Amino acid sequence: MTLTIRARRRRIGNPVAPFGFLLPFLIPFLLIFIAPIGYAIVQSLQKTQRVGGLFGVPTTVWAGLEQYQRAFSDQDFIDSILRVLLFGVVQVPVMMIIALALALLLDTQSARLKRFHRLAIFAPYGIPGVVAALMWGFLYDPRLSPITDLLGRVGIEPDFLGADHILWSIANVVTWTYAGYNMIIIYAALQALPGDVLEAASIDGAGPWRLALQIKVPLIAPALVLTAVFSIIGTLQLFTEPQVLKTITTNITSTYTPTIASYSAATANDYSYAATLSVLIAVVSFILSFGFLRVTSRWNAA
Amino acid sequence: MTISEFTRPPHATKRARRSSGHRTRPSGVTGPVAVNVVLLVATGYFLLPVFWLVVASTKSRPDLVSSFGFWFTSPQLFENLAELFNEQDHVFGQWLLNSLLYSGVGAIVGTALAAAAGYSLAVYSFRGREAIFSLILGSVLVPATALALPMFLAFASVGLTDSYLSVLLPSIISPFGVYLSRIYTQAAVPVELLEAGRVDGASEWRIFRTVVLRLISPALVTVFLFQFVGIWNNFFLPLIMLQNDRLFPVTLGLFSWQSQISRDPQLLLLTVVGSFVSVVPLVITFLSLQRYWKAGLATGSVKG
Repeated sequence: MTLTIRARRRRIGNPVAPFGFLLPFLIPFLLIFIAPIGYAIVQSLQKTQRVGGLFGVPTTVWAGLEQYQRAFSDQDFIDSILRVLLFGVVQVPVMMIIALALALLLDTQSARLKRFHRLAIFAPYGIPGVVAALMWGFLYDPRLSPITDLLGRVGIEPDFLGADHILWSIANVVTWTYAGYNMIIIYAALQALPGDVLEAASIDGAGPWRLALQIKVPLIAPALVLTAVFSIIGTLQLFTEPQVLKTITTNITSTYTPTIASYSAATANDYSYAATLSVLIAVVSFILSFGFLRVTSRWNAA
Repeated sequence: MTISEFTRPPHATKRARRSSGHRTRPSGVTGPVAVNVVLLVATGYFLLPVFWLVVASTKSRPDLVSSFGFWFTSPQLFENLAELFNEQDHVFGQWLLNSLLYSGVGAIVGTALAAAAGYSLAVYSFRGREAIFSLILGSVLVPATALALPMFLAFASVGLTDSYLSVLLPSIISPFGVYLSRIYTQAAVPVELLEAGRVDGASEWRIFRTVVLRLISPALVTVFLFQFVGIWNNFFLPLIMLQNDRLFPVTLGLFSWQSQISRDPQLLLLTVVGSFVSVVPLVITFLSLQRYWKAGLATGSVKG
């Protein structure tokens, strides 16, 4: 009953009040968010067997770590992880450089129409991923695209949906959607920089380039690194853009990304394997994010 | 825009209202021109697909494939809209309403639950508080797509899939909202005010409803907006939960049309016009409520 005593000392009339406020969130949270994770872990340790041949009755039996062994020896799944990591390692830095460059440009004295540019660059973030992928899909599709049309007139025949280019065509959609979002975050960090430091540098004769690259960028570097690492981890969930583009090109397979692989397993009624892949994706993302947070907080403490 | 505008002295415009002095000094004309040219090119890239979508939505079927995509040819937007909304027994209107239902109800309930939970975690001390908060924060780090499939498996085991609830229930949970409400309450609600309310004999619920909600309303608008747009844009969850196309949100509906184009080429134009219509309400809300976005971004929300 320490709770009641402590509560009375703090002159809180009603000792159940904290739970009255917390439980309406906490109960659905545990049931809808946490319990399914436990259920998925259970399912990942099972497998479905048909008793009595191919047309027998399907029954669920314990399989231990069999599904995990299957995942680790599933070359398609391993390829999908390597593919999204390659994607993240290239796309995220490119996107961050674009976002940083635009934020720095908007932070200069010379930039005009700042409000208009900010809004236009940020607007794609408000567009659903499905619609963004649909729009770019039409612009990639040689039957419809004015871009391939224009390039064709000068003798360039781009194949945006071809096997060699499709990953980077997806990267373009993702960059288009999120660059503005990152630009706004970086821009806010730039606006918050102490004025006297920038003024002193300016008085000391630092030109706009030096001011940007040697003073502003180092000051906001921690924010940049944090955003970049979380974006790279985020690419593990890459799903919407390739899933939509999959409808117009044969170069995106049903195991193209880890999440598409788990979705394909679920649609094939292979629930145990789908659960296994989801658990793996969740665990890997969580460990990477959590580990990275620990590392950065240690840097900050040092 | 003229060159003379570029060469104006610093702070001559109303826009330059940041604390004076710490800007780059003007350095001739070439620099500023280059800055603005690069900005215009970049903005062009970000607006290009949207511009194409607007133009394409006004075209007839033959023009859509044969005419030049970046300019208008005999616009017929209203005919296209009429066809869009009449297709398949008004299913598109149903999709829009469904999206509104999922996003509106999900965001309102989600914000309310998050506000109360955040408040509870901010002002009361009780055993297990930090453990609960860590669990909620930790769940922010698990990607939504990795959660959706386990949710589907769990919902399937209790026969809840393919229903409004299967999309609504996961949408009312906003761990990020709890986090934001907690830190905002700690910063914006003085403990003395709560104590004063208690001395005056107000119940905990009354204090929360009349005093706290008002003080933390800026954070709540941000939570609501993120939740609303997050649900509106969600694709994976409805994709795995729903089979009945009458329950689809607009994103899933458009995807289902897109995947049928090869069988039914008529759907191409409708997918284009539908994409355009689905974006309009969102872009308007978005741009008109900008300042709340920035508040949310500044507190370090995660990528959607």
